[in-house]
Amino acid sequence: MTDAMEPILQINHLSKRFGAVQASDDVSLTVLPGRLHALIGPNGAGKSTLISQISGFLMPDAGQIFLKGRDVTHLSAERRVHMGLGRSFQVSNLLLEWSARRNVMLAVQARRGGSFRFFKNVWKDAELRAAAEAALQKVGLQDRADIRAMELSHGERRQLEFACALALEPAILVLDEPMAGLGPEGTAEMTAFLEELKHSIPILLVEHDMDAVFRLADEISVLVYGRIIASGPPETIRQSVAVQEAYLGSSSDAA
Amino acid sequence: MTREFWVSVVVLVGLPVAAFIAHITGETYIINLLTRMIVLGLAGIGLNFALGYGGMVSFGHAAFFGLGAYVAGIAAFHAFDDSLIVSMPFELGGTNQMLLIWLIAIFLAAVLAFLIGLISLRTSGVYFIMITLAFAQMLYYFAISWPAYGGEDGLSIYLRNEFPGVQTDKAFSFFLLCFAILLLVLLLCWRFINARFGAALQGARMNALRLSSIGIAPFPVKLTAFVISAMIVALAGALYGELNGFVSPSNLSWHMSGELIIFVILGGVGRLVGPLIGAIVFVLLETYLGGLTDRWQFFLGLILLATVLFANGGIMGLIGGRTRHD
Ligand SMILES: Nc1ncnc2c1ncn2[C@@H]1O[C@H](COP(=O)(O)OP(=O)(O)O)[C@@H](O)[C@H]1O
Ligand SMILES: [Mg+2]
Repeated sequence: MTDAMEPILQINHLSKRFGAVQASDDVSLTVLPGRLHALIGPNGAGKSTLISQISGFLMPDAGQIFLKGRDVTHLSAERRVHMGLGRSFQVSNLLLEWSARRNVMLAVQARRGGSFRFFKNVWKDAELRAAAEAALQKVGLQDRADIRAMELSHGERRQLEFACALALEPAILVLDEPMAGLGPEGTAEMTAFLEELKHSIPILLVEHDMDAVFRLADEISVLVYGRIIASGPPETIRQSVAVQEAYLGSSSDAA
Repeated sequence: MTREFWVSVVVLVGLPVAAFIAHITGETYIINLLTRMIVLGLAGIGLNFALGYGGMVSFGHAAFFGLGAYVAGIAAFHAFDDSLIVSMPFELGGTNQMLLIWLIAIFLAAVLAFLIGLISLRTSGVYFIMITLAFAQMLYYFAISWPAYGGEDGLSIYLRNEFPGVQTDKAFSFFLLCFAILLLVLLLCWRFINARFGAALQGARMNALRLSSIGIAPFPVKLTAFVISAMIVALAGALYGELNGFVSPSNLSWHMSGELIIFVILGGVGRLVGPLIGAIVFVLLETYLGGLTDRWQFFLGLILLATVLFANGGIMGLIGGRTRHD
């Protein structure tokens, strides 16, 4: 049992500074199999910066990142993806001119390899198409497969990003504010979706919606000015005086 | 089949038909004009592979075009007087065999493009444009200051080089040879673009961050496309030297790079046959409008401006319709 609980993602003493701003200040956290770890904190606390370092788009000044027990601190973003790190962005990041299906097919291709194959037609590739359809089905976008990403609604784009992320068959998902801009109904759907998903894929979730966070999280860390000021199960965080003062109490920030 | 496909078919059938008619009516000048369209179109198609599909706005593809031309010129020069290109550390003479010349041109272009791409693809936008321009200008000044091969005056190819089974000195035969190469390159590009490589390349153009975040590194994909693009342009350059019987530093100059970009923009960025249409229009304007007024380029500018402002996908976009990405 203890073997199975070896962390999928482990961050040790991560620090990152932008000029005068200490965006990550000795941050450590772990994500365990089957768990959802939520990272909350006011705007500008350094959540997105942390995610960029985890996914390899930013190099930390100090500290280490372990993925499935392997030190990936100095690996490229692409290598980390191949090792099982999936992510979503705070701002939608898709191939807007392409249909939903093509977006997912490229992700499947990325997963299966062969980006240096020059002759076989990719768009008629039954293997890629089938896998893409399956991923679109998972997020409920199967009827929108032929629509260009730029013509999808904001919520649908979020779903499409998930389909792409799932097509990569990730061992862990790192999500940057997936509910942002979804509205109450979309947020409820996304929450239900993540509740289901976290059993098969552990998740590190950055989110502002406190209802969603407290419903989904097995563990919560609170980031303020780049530093984790509290970490623990949801009940503990809800009651923590420090958290109340720094974050939850000031309702304007939490909105 | 899309409308773009049928437009392409019409163009690709129309050219040899026109050449054939010119052939039976004995209009050698027209055949050479059509060959010029094809060869310049081929170069535009090569550039489009990097620019249109990979989003790499190279302002230095004349380097590869001129390189191809000079390989043809230098090989013919030494084959003509039976002298050596290099005598130390090994002996290397000229050749009048086009196949060998093309292979050398393509190989050298690949090496050069790999080196240029390795450096310039670390930049983007205006910096990429300027760095590729700078590399091409280096080659241009090198050619000018190299007296062995004519320097500023260039180098004549007195006898067109040979190709097995083709009378290359006959205008129509040479046209057909160039046309066959054009078709072959189009076929290859079409396959590449619609293969997994092409998908990754277009993904890299649209959103490099997206490509990284699904685990495909954009850099090697773009570098490969840049090299392929240069190889095609070098082949076109070699044919251009043969066609004119003359190579000169102007083949390497930034004007040439600019003309290649014009073919692409005029015909349609990211449209397979677009640059060929661009080159056809360019040669027509140059020949017939250029015959009337020295200021024909002013009108070219107007047309280019109208294309950029009103026809998103160039002439191909105008008559061939939008691209579909279903
Ligand atoms: N590339 C950057 N250069 C300089 N400062 C940055 C950069 N990225 C983020 N920051 C700063 O780091 C801090 C944390 O930003 P961010 O990680 O986006 O916060 P959050 O996602 O928690 O809202 C902010 O003060 C922000 O201005
Ligand atoms: Mg953020």
